[in-house]
Amino acid sequence: MSALRSKAMRPWWLLSPALVTITLLVVVPMSLILIYSFYINIDLGVDRPAFSFENWSELFTDSYYHVAIWKTFRLSVIVTVLAALLGYIPAYFIANTTYKHKWLLLLLLILPFWVSFIIRTLSWIHIMGNQGAINGMLLWLGVIDEPLQMMFNEFAVIVGFIHVFLPYMILNVYVSLEGVDRNLVPAARTLGCSPWQAFREVTLPLSLPGLAAGSLLVFVLTAGSYVTPLILGGPNDFLYGNLIYDAILSELNWPMGATLSFTLLVLLGLVVVLYSRIMGMNQLYKAFG
Amino acid sequence: MAQVELVGIRKAFGPVVAVEDANITFEEGSFTTLLGPSGCGKTTLLRMIAGLESPTTGDILVGGRRVNDIPIHKRNLGLVFQNYALFPHKTIGENIAFGLKYRGVPKEDARKKVTEALNIVRLPGVEERFPTQLSGGQQQRIALARAIVIEPDVLLLDEPLSALDANLREEMRVELKAIQNRIGVTSIFVTHDQSEALAMSDRIVVMSAGRVEQIGTPELVYNRPASEFVTTFLGNANILSGTVKALNDGIAELEVPALGSLYAMLEASERQQVKSGAPVKLSIKAEKLALEDQRTAEEHDTVLTAQVRDVDYQGQVARYFLQAGNQALQAINQIDERPHTVGADVSVRIRARDCVILPA
Repeated sequence: MSALRSKAMRPWWLLSPALVTITLLVVVPMSLILIYSFYINIDLGVDRPAFSFENWSELFTDSYYHVAIWKTFRLSVIVTVLAALLGYIPAYFIANTTYKHKWLLLLLLILPFWVSFIIRTLSWIHIMGNQGAINGMLLWLGVIDEPLQMMFNEFAVIVGFIHVFLPYMILNVYVSLEGVDRNLVPAARTLGCSPWQAFREVTLPLSLPGLAAGSLLVFVLTAGSYVTPLILGGPNDFLYGNLIYDAILSELNWPMGATLSFTLLVLLGLVVVLYSRIMGMNQLYKAFG
Repeated sequence: MAQVELVGIRKAFGPVVAVEDANITFEEGSFTTLLGPSGCGKTTLLRMIAGLESPTTGDILVGGRRVNDIPIHKRNLGLVFQNYALFPHKTIGENIAFGLKYRGVPKEDARKKVTEALNIVRLPGVEERFPTQLSGGQQQRIALARAIVIEPDVLLLDEPLSALDANLREEMRVELKAIQNRIGVTSIFVTHDQSEALAMSDRIVVMSAGRVEQIGTPELVYNRPASEFVTTFLGNANILSGTVKALNDGIAELEVPALGSLYAMLEASERQQVKSGAPVKLSIKAEKLALEDQRTAEEHDTVLTAQVRDVDYQGQVARYFLQAGNQALQAINQIDERPHTVGADVSVRIRARDCVILPA
């Protein structure tokens, strides 16, 4: 009897380190943040414990926040779509190359991670700034008379995001392309597909799980960022994350910051849930057994 | 259905020559096997016929038409892969109908043809399932159905049975041959398994190191091998070196240093090639050495005495490793009651018609 029970308990024992860690590092802090969102901010950095819906009603009524959510959503979609389009090509190339040292290509993908993300973001000032490489070159060639305004606008923010998140997309797509049986395209070809039709019928649908995972990752990472718009964007190119940053670090209004943070968590959680429903990933997994 | 002809095909990958000067005609409706060890170029040859590789030089003709420059999807060939290569994201029905879709067959007709193809491979009613829900043998039947449903000019089979376990492999071998007989499609089958090749083929093309060693019926390549490679690759063979002492009336008398005189019966076509006094190699299949003389004597038999060095017991038969003078021999014989024991002296009878002089 006790042997049976100990057997039934075993999975829980094995899971316990993970459960304890998640509880201590995720569930508890998030609960504290939720509790904090009901506190009242009296003055800079001074809060009073309470059970007030003041912060929440501000969030629901002030259109400033709604605009930020919309902007964040819109920009994240743009970045995700561009990253998917731009990332698929190198991923396809790496997966299908006959080049012997494939690991070298993969290393090139990981190489940027050795440099701080902030430094990589700042580097765009030297490339796209008024005295940057592109403007310098164009001025020198005489193509333009005065520098193009490429920095501190939405364009720069998008470029910065793609620069930083593209490797995630490429790696995800690459992994799923690697998993596609090499004989499937030849099989489709002998059955009457042109190369492009074979890609559409076989390669693309079979790489969708990777494309979906990469897209989700890029979307969530973009939607939660605040540093890139801070460095590369203009005054109007703020994202939702910047509001949290402002509330906590500039206004020292932690209860409002907590409210905004918890909302972001819920929104992104919703995106993940809806996404996996819509993409019908379960169906795909079934097909792969 | 069509005849396939390879004319002077050569294929090089950089400095590596995969196929050298292949000239083969695959008769309409026949079942031909490309047989050889891995790396002999048989798969490359098949891939060239399919259009997945292009020959460095030479022509490929299907039904008399040169297809070198015709892209894969316009060649109308059925290809079956070793690992099945079914589309995992499509149902069985969609997999089989795939080729029909790209041939513009209306949906209703396609459905009928799919049902028919599933009946041929004896797996009716699985249209709605996904490939991974079927066993390996079933998946290979689906792959076959997918290839034959388009009524291809040629059916190409790239080691289709290798991934199956031994029992299933033999079952599928019989069935595959039966299906081919029934639909009568010209088939080219690639394998490294000699028993598959011998059992299924109308003709066998034995390949080694990119070259065609011999082309012929299973009986011909087994019993009248054209090279040392062919005879050692198919079955167990004894290779002896000797000199032709005399030639008369289709019988060559040979002097084999360790064994003395031996006779070899020559086929009419072989008589020209053998010259008196020339050094030759001789092939005798292990099962043709009869131990302890259960066989009725024939003219030009040779009887030797040998000692049993080792016995490889296999139930119905035993493989004996013999020593005759300083010549090692192998013999495979039926076991009557119990096998000969190690150390025993046995007499070995060799018939002239089982001795094949290998072309120099």
